[in-house]
Amino acid sequence: MTIQRTRPDLPSNDKRWKLVNATMRRNGYAGHALIEALHAVQDAFGFLDEDAMAFVADSLDLPLSKVYGVATFYHLFMLKPQGRHACVVCTGTACYIKGAGALIEGIQARFHAAPGETTEDKALSVLTARCVGACGLAPAVVLDGNVIGKLAPTQLCERLEQEIAE
Amino acid sequence: MNLDDLEDLAVKFRDEGNEPATEIRVCMAASCQSSGAEPVLDALRATCNDHADGTCKVKGVGCMGLCSAGPLVAVAPPAAGLDEAVIYRDVTAADAPDILASTAAGALPVERLRCPSDMPFFARQHKIVLENAGIVDPDSFRGYVMVGGYAGLVQALTEMTPQDVINEVTLSGLRGRGGGGYPTGLKWSTVAKMPPGQKYVICNADEGDPGAFMDRAILESDPHRVLEGMAIAAYAIGASKGYIYVRAEYPLAVERLKTAIRKAKRAGFLGNHICETQFNFDIEIRLGAGAFVCGEETALMASIEGGRGQPRPRPPYPAEYGLWGSPTLINNVETFANVAPIISRGGNWFAGIGTEKSKGTKVFALAGTIVNTGLIEVDMGTTLRDIIFEIGGGIPDGKAFKAVQTGGPSGGCVPDAHLDMPVDYDSLKTLGTMMGSGGMIIMDETSNMVDVARFFMEFCMDESCGKCIPCRAGTQQMHGLLDKIAKAEASRADLALLEELCEVVQATSLCGLGQTAPNPVLSTLRYFRHEYEEKLG
Repeated sequence: MTIQRTRPDLPSNDKRWKLVNATMRRNGYAGHALIEALHAVQDAFGFLDEDAMAFVADSLDLPLSKVYGVATFYHLFMLKPQGRHACVVCTGTACYIKGAGALIEGIQARFHAAPGETTEDKALSVLTARCVGACGLAPAVVLDGNVIGKLAPTQLCERLEQEIAE
Repeated sequence: MNLDDLEDLAVKFRDEGNEPATEIRVCMAASCQSSGAEPVLDALRATCNDHADGTCKVKGVGCMGLCSAGPLVAVAPPAAGLDEAVIYRDVTAADAPDILASTAAGALPVERLRCPSDMPFFARQHKIVLENAGIVDPDSFRGYVMVGGYAGLVQALTEMTPQDVINEVTLSGLRGRGGGGYPTGLKWSTVAKMPPGQKYVICNADEGDPGAFMDRAILESDPHRVLEGMAIAAYAIGASKGYIYVRAEYPLAVERLKTAIRKAKRAGFLGNHICETQFNFDIEIRLGAGAFVCGEETALMASIEGGRGQPRPRPPYPAEYGLWGSPTLINNVETFANVAPIISRGGNWFAGIGTEKSKGTKVFALAGTIVNTGLIEVDMGTTLRDIIFEIGGGIPDGKAFKAVQTGGPSGGCVPDAHLDMPVDYDSLKTLGTMMGSGGMIIMDETSNMVDVARFFMEFCMDESCGKCIPCRAGTQQMHGLLDKIAKAEASRADLALLEELCEVVQATSLCGLGQTAPNPVLSTLRYFRHEYEEKLG
């Protein structure tokens, strides 16, 4: 006799949970689709909080410790809410040679947020990435998903201020 | 379906497509898109529709290679190579009317935008992997079939046994393009010899080396080529399921792969009873999540299984005990992209290209302080000097060349004195570096080599998965020592300790990440020791 496991209820009425649930259902609630499920949560909510991880763990029948372990292992998963805008500075070799360090310093001086931090007004999160593969545009940054390249620190800061003001 | 049917299909597509006399191709790969290719494409489409005399067609294509001059636009007869094309650089939407006017009969090219297609950057390349890149529309299944796509797969399925396929790949001398250079034919035959049952094919598209973007460009420009290579491999080893493990940092590549898989399935080139044979093969995409160590094959499999991407000791190798314990074949994107032409044109043809022990061509990503940043494909055995100064156009701003870094964080720096060395797997090893996946970062005289070594060590320290002590603690200590040296606070004893640590970490780490982490230090010490010594107290 097989016992049909009941899936947990969605944590709230928020429609975004349905998206997350759909991803897990598409993968047959298989434990090996954990990373896919976490991507779905992050795409929907912007970060992974404890409720989300508990929901995923329960749905996929995995221990919460495993979900937490995976979420903290991979750089891309955020456990804290992010700012309204995200500026990812590429720190790959080509960008390093062409002055990614100066970009980070420039942003830090202007917005007082080091890589991994969010400004106090939650307007901007500063992140770093290990090569976004846009070496032809070095030094490259990914601003809200769009790659922009060949900018000097002052130009980048102006661009960021523009984005925030909008 | 046999080869004749496929040819008929291609002819049918060509007739239906109503191919005009001229194609205007706009590069829509990530780099050109970021420089504003999309408005250019829209403007050209709008202008072209206004004229609507049917003599030309605008289409989005994959990478043409010269990323630093993007957005690139090429005007050429349908399916013609870049050598027959007129190439325009730094195009803006405002240039659309001029470009369109130039396609009229008897009109001249737009000289102010022109990028000479006989410049060494284009003329000196030999394209096999990238032969369709910048020519076919990556989202079009028809486009791929029209240039002879899927002929390798159909030939393998209808005219060859799995053993024939393996023999042909072995004969070609193809070696793994992910960096290790393991003979591909040997790897395939090992998996094929395992008892029948569930087997897997994995395409490693977790291109983690900073400064390398070959795989991204291949996936964005010609995704069907990779699917075809994977299907041929699956037929050869007897697998029915494949995974492509792609970095989440490459959203465009993921999108195009999804489209390609969907279209190939609908056309019967993936799924059940491929080309009306007994062969079944399905491909699923798995996203990485930003961990460099997942490029290591056992860590990659752990990640596909949904766990932390930590490597395990080998043996057993994946060929024996891989994904979920089943025999698994893992190859890199570029390796799979080489397979279809080898089957169509024969292993002997491929073995005639390159050097004695490294056959075929290699795609390199040129970046750093170099004039022509971008993607190139050259015969194995081309010298570094040719690549950097002829094809790459040398160093900008009149500065002097200092070193070229190959192999990413596992590789090393090659100084001026060794630039005449022909590039292949073995020659680079003798120089203390490695082929790696093909990233080449060129550094001019302003780069300090201690800083460069510290940069790579910081990378390895951050990316160490933490499973084995030599790598987890060793990279931390080495980074501390390099930092001390870079800040001129170190003594001779520190340098001696650093060298000793390099040996220990190299010899005792569990996986490739740790074993090769000291390489950037060792190679900069070998060629630029004076820069370290100048900083000692």
